[in-house]
Amino acid sequence: MREFEHTVKDELGIHARPAGLLVKKAKEYESEIIIEKGEKSAVATKLIAIMGLCVKCNDIIKIKISGSDEEKAEKELKEFLGANF
Amino acid sequence: MLIFKGNGVYGAYAIGKASVFKRGGKAVLRKKISNVQGEIERLYEAKNQALLELEEIYKKALYEIGEANAQIFEIHMMMVDDEDYNESILNIIRTQLVNAEYAVSLTGENFAEMFSSMEDSYMQARASDVKDISNRIIACLLDKNDKKIDFGEKIIICADDLAPSETVSLNKDMVIAFVTEQGTGNSHTAILARNMNIPAVVNVGEGFLERIRDNDLLIIDGYNGEIIAAPDADTLSKYKALQKQDIEKKQLLQKLKGKENITLDGKKINVFANIGSPDNIGSVLLNDAGGIGLFRSEFLYLEKDRFPTEDEQFYSYKKVLESMGGKKVIIRTLDIGADKQIDYFNMDKEENPALGVRAIRICLTRPDIFKTQLRALYRASVYGNLGIMFPMITSEKELKQVLEICDDVKKELKKTNIKYSDKIEIGIMIETPASAIISDKLAPLVDFFSIGTNDLTQYTLACDRQNSKLSPFCDPHNEAILRLIRYSANSAHKYGKWIGICGELAADLTLTEEFLRIGIDELSVSPPYILKLRDKIRNIRLDD
Repeated sequence: MREFEHTVKDELGIHARPAGLLVKKAKEYESEIIIEKGEKSAVATKLIAIMGLCVKCNDIIKIKISGSDEEKAEKELKEFLGANF
Repeated sequence: MLIFKGNGVYGAYAIGKASVFKRGGKAVLRKKISNVQGEIERLYEAKNQALLELEEIYKKALYEIGEANAQIFEIHMMMVDDEDYNESILNIIRTQLVNAEYAVSLTGENFAEMFSSMEDSYMQARASDVKDISNRIIACLLDKNDKKIDFGEKIIICADDLAPSETVSLNKDMVIAFVTEQGTGNSHTAILARNMNIPAVVNVGEGFLERIRDNDLLIIDGYNGEIIAAPDADTLSKYKALQKQDIEKKQLLQKLKGKENITLDGKKINVFANIGSPDNIGSVLLNDAGGIGLFRSEFLYLEKDRFPTEDEQFYSYKKVLESMGGKKVIIRTLDIGADKQIDYFNMDKEENPALGVRAIRICLTRPDIFKTQLRALYRASVYGNLGIMFPMITSEKELKQVLEICDDVKKELKKTNIKYSDKIEIGIMIETPASAIISDKLAPLVDFFSIGTNDLTQYTLACDRQNSKLSPFCDPHNEAILRLIRYSANSAHKYGKWIGICGELAADLTLTEEFLRIGIDELSVSPPYILKLRDKIRNIRLDD
């Protein structure tokens, strides 16, 4: 399993549109991807659950990836989060 | 005549007939079923149908309201496919042995409840999205075809709340305003109204629809968030006149936006805006101000029951500077006292507050308050083009004291490696006769002057501004005032400094020509006057 942290920079946090982008991205991988914020967590392919984390600007989220393509997923997700969140 | 109040979304007027928005029968009955597999297949079919419809709506929305706003329907499609949402529906069908309509309705309510209970107002507004997709699936299950909404004439839509898909289905050429019982400035109806440039009043509260019927005559005042039903003749003609003025004003605005403030013979002048709160920035930009010539910082102190912290002030200033994107923003330091009193400052009662401990006099006697504000201003300066202006200066000594405190603040910031801009312009208000008379002594010490004509008039003519009985004596056109303005302008220009006017006189169109002749470099007026002033300037010729 791999994990890393990311600080959300989007002013509105993870609102509907970026949540949608994240779900689409997460569906590209075989690995299971979990997003954690504080004590709450959500599977990255579930839109409503991701929105339910209520991630706001400057929140730190933890991304946990486990599965066959976890190395690739980690690398690409880091880029993706940096560019979109 | 009935008057309802809500939140105005877009400043404009509409006068027309009400059309109460009706939905196809939404009552969802709970029915027991025995064929679980058959029910699940019904659900999948309805879901596919809903997805097809959403795709159509998405395409239509792309064309009508642009990609950024259309994206919500992409999100809707993803919600329809959401694992947790679907699991919940299937679970209800399987365990409770109930019809798909009921399972979808219950799931929709539960998920909407989850969004409603979130702290963030944006997320709360997403509850309506979940309800919207649930209603769509239910409609598909019931095979209702009531989605096309059309009207024969121009109407004002009155609804409890409008779902995004409902607003897209409207024939918008026929809609002149929206009124909703619920909703916020963030709701889709509000966004749509802004995009369509038509007024809307949201959050009118329950009970509105009960008292309105189709074809009732309504007046919508998007500026004040008011709805007037069945207006009497006087009110109707009053609003017709307001509407006409409003349209003319907006046409003028369209015509003059982006144009220079230049006379017929080529003399240019800056036209800036006066504001008292960051909330006004929208209207500053909308009216095409060249900058902010007077930002009254008192709002920070007035809206609290304690002193605002350095960080609170910093974020407000930063926001204003960033919103103005490099245009000049002149922030006037604290001007409390006289007619603006704040309890927590614990000021002594004064016989004559206008001549009392106010403005810079408070700052110099209580430097801790002053320094906090200056630190916040200097810290924010890196985010835009800041000018700082000090009120109520009457002597060279005071100004030097102020500048010393500024130097102290800069030194402190430097010591702790906090950045500030080295391009900040420092200026003073010329609002006492003393400052005008010694303006030749003050000019070398600052970058600019800004004339506060309201106080300058009051102090020069010895007339209390608050006393309406004095208005015949309190004439701001008095030659004494104009001489002080002229003298201050000469002093500023002698030392290569610029001078503006930020008092009410700046918007007095009968004096615009005189100000241009004096060589005033900037006029700062409240946002609604900007384009009128620009119009005036563009019709003046100085060379004859």
